[in-house]
Amino acid sequence: MTERIHCDVAIVGGGIVGGSAALFLRQMGFSVTLMERDWCGAKASGVNFGGVRRQGRPLEQLPLSQRAHAIWGRLPELLGTDAEYIRSGHLKLARSDADLGSLIAYKERSAGFGLDLEIIAGDAFRRRFPALGDRAVGGSLCPEDGHANPRLVSPAFARAAAARGAILREQTPVDRVWRDGDRFVLVSGDALEVRARVLLNTAGAWSHRIAAAFDEPVPLESLHPNMAVTEPLPRFLDVNIGVEGGGVYGRQVPRGNMVVGGGRGFALDPDRARPQRDAVLTLMRDAAELFPQIAKAYVIRCWTGVEGYTPDRNPIIGPSRTTPNLFHAFGFSGAGFQIGPAVGEALAELVRDGRSTAPLDAFRIDRFPPTP
Amino acid sequence: MSRPLSPVIVGAGPAGIRAAEALVAAGLRPVLIDEAARGGGQIYRQPPDGGFSRPKTALYGTEAAKADAVHRALDRIRDRVDYRPRTLVWNCESGALDLLRDGVTDTVPYGPLILATGATDRVLPFPGWTLPGVFTLGGSQVALKFQGCAIGRRVAFLGTGPLLYLVACQYLKAGVEVAGVFDTTPQSAQARALPGMLRDPVTLAKGLALVGWLRLHGVPVHHGIRPIAVEGEGRVRALRVRHRADEIAVDCDAVAFGLGLRSETQLADLAGCAFRFDPMDRAWLPVRDAAGRTSVPGLCIAGDGGGIAGADAAELAGERAALAALEDAGLPVDAARAAWLDRRLARVAAFRRALNAAFPFPQDWAATIPDDLMLCRCEGVSAGILRGVGQRGEAREINRAKALTRVGMGRCQGRVCGAAAVELLAGALGVGPGEVGRLRAQPPIKPLPIAATPVQEATP
Repeated sequence: MTERIHCDVAIVGGGIVGGSAALFLRQMGFSVTLMERDWCGAKASGVNFGGVRRQGRPLEQLPLSQRAHAIWGRLPELLGTDAEYIRSGHLKLARSDADLGSLIAYKERSAGFGLDLEIIAGDAFRRRFPALGDRAVGGSLCPEDGHANPRLVSPAFARAAAARGAILREQTPVDRVWRDGDRFVLVSGDALEVRARVLLNTAGAWSHRIAAAFDEPVPLESLHPNMAVTEPLPRFLDVNIGVEGGGVYGRQVPRGNMVVGGGRGFALDPDRARPQRDAVLTLMRDAAELFPQIAKAYVIRCWTGVEGYTPDRNPIIGPSRTTPNLFHAFGFSGAGFQIGPAVGEALAELVRDGRSTAPLDAFRIDRFPPTP
Repeated sequence: MSRPLSPVIVGAGPAGIRAAEALVAAGLRPVLIDEAARGGGQIYRQPPDGGFSRPKTALYGTEAAKADAVHRALDRIRDRVDYRPRTLVWNCESGALDLLRDGVTDTVPYGPLILATGATDRVLPFPGWTLPGVFTLGGSQVALKFQGCAIGRRVAFLGTGPLLYLVACQYLKAGVEVAGVFDTTPQSAQARALPGMLRDPVTLAKGLALVGWLRLHGVPVHHGIRPIAVEGEGRVRALRVRHRADEIAVDCDAVAFGLGLRSETQLADLAGCAFRFDPMDRAWLPVRDAAGRTSVPGLCIAGDGGGIAGADAAELAGERAALAALEDAGLPVDAARAAWLDRRLARVAAFRRALNAAFPFPQDWAATIPDDLMLCRCEGVSAGILRGVGQRGEAREINRAKALTRVGMGRCQGRVCGAAAVELLAGALGVGPGEVGRLRAQPPIKPLPIAATPVQEATP
């Protein structure tokens, strides 16, 4: 028998954005149903690198990112777990003077946003970060950035929403979605029919399917970050490390395992991806060069995920241009984890007030032409 | 026109060697990849080259003739196969295998692929199982055959399955004191299974002879037991078991235990094979036809890597898979031989069902595992942590449980703790072990050294 649910807000996609939106909407008193095809927080939100980083984001993301920073500071209160979140600092390395120049320029451009960046170079750098030796001429430290365990954080948002009365339906793909009068109708096989006044499209790399159902094709591409983890090692690194110009990144978790990322995996099909052999081997070489401490260690696991990328690498956040009461939030282009909870909060504000106190203009869907 | 790719066989145990032999007989030159330095697999594992020397009758006991035949088969074809010992296959991707040998990685594309990856011990935790001196049955056997040493001076054998008695006898023959054989199976189960086992009277007689021989040498053999604990501080001192209302304690300095075997299926998973739950093995196994063909065209599985059937079946299945590969490649095969192999394999399968009835998996064991007992030793996850995510409704599936608890995330990637984790999660949810899914394989299949370097591109 088909289960029928009527609610204020239906959310498609139980990642960190959909889960946090559900949580904040419940706090505002809306009735919420969250539909997730897999398990909540099992896709990109749950298998990403785990960097909780403001530094390096485009300036237009920083107001949201700062709001997210405040939310991350309240994790235990919101979720009942710290999910291994540590404000370890995020250090972006410069391997050349030119790269150091870029980091200094970013510090100046982002000065009004409260990142408190600190440029450290030369002898001071080597004294402060002896573990990194002379493999960088310096770096930019964002002291309150950090890292967390995405496998724990992202499911916890959906779980917290459920604990506050949101209806969660996992293993529930949305097969059809349409608008019927002033309601959205979402159907999953014979099992479930949800009717809601408002629809949030937070379906990650699959969000373009929902958008397309409302004649709103968007250019969204799936990419697959390549990551690997070593066996536990003696602690040598407390900051989360990135490199100016990209290439490789790494963090050591409290258990001692070193998580590193770089390069891309490949798609098995539209829903699944795998690490790619050459990317894995290149990543191991690059990571060992950056962190000689892991040169004699073993990689015990490699993985990747499916992330939605937009052409300009900024997300799409805000109202649909075709359909009233439909709001999108996707296309985080590999950088949605830290910012996700603030996006969920902004979506909740959009539902309640029709606008968000965070500036979202840069993320309007109509910045892309309406044809794919 | 490009030359067709060589057939590749992974594993040089009884299945892999017989597969290679059949392909060589058809005029092909297969690549034969094996982790060990010498052929034979786990069951017919050979001592290191130039190491200690013990006659095969001492190393393999009743199975010496078979071991010798398999070893000789490899020796005969050695110059007609691209044999790659000491080589780990760590990944399978887009029609090619990734290898690691002596710290160097290489990629080998395959035409027909035969996986003969074998099995490892299936274990469930019990109090004291992580004490130094507790080994799996298979590990205890490897110590004898490969390292030339015993796991202790006075060893207790615990668990179920034919290996329990075989290894106990091998230890006794090697001059080790056997403190006792503690079989979880009630004697009544073995009596009930007897008619089915009469399908293979030779094997049955061997099994009975093993038990008789142990008793003749004064080894106590107990049936229907459950473990209570291994005792000791930093080292095994005694094993305590429950036998009906009684408690039996036996002094020993080592314990060998195992509850049958589990198939090594990660490569089949990475290669994209469809899986189904097998109630007899209590595990998800690659779907195969009688010849070993999987759902992936050109990919066959032979031997215990596709489902536990033992070494004799592995030899037959290896040859049968090779014939299937030849047939699928449009090459001539001896149809009468294939039909004969099919009949033999069907007989083995029937015997295997009887054997499974004689040595059933102790289904009540997992429920008795204390919450504070270590389940996943790589990641330090206790049984209670895993049960908790099931009981609280946070995980209804084993990969989800892995994500939330780290169970199976460490060095062994669940190859040791996975079967137990499935039993515990299913128990916590009140469902069968087939209802909670299977751990997805992820590369590398075994730990990959960061320092591994790609092989230099061959000069054209």
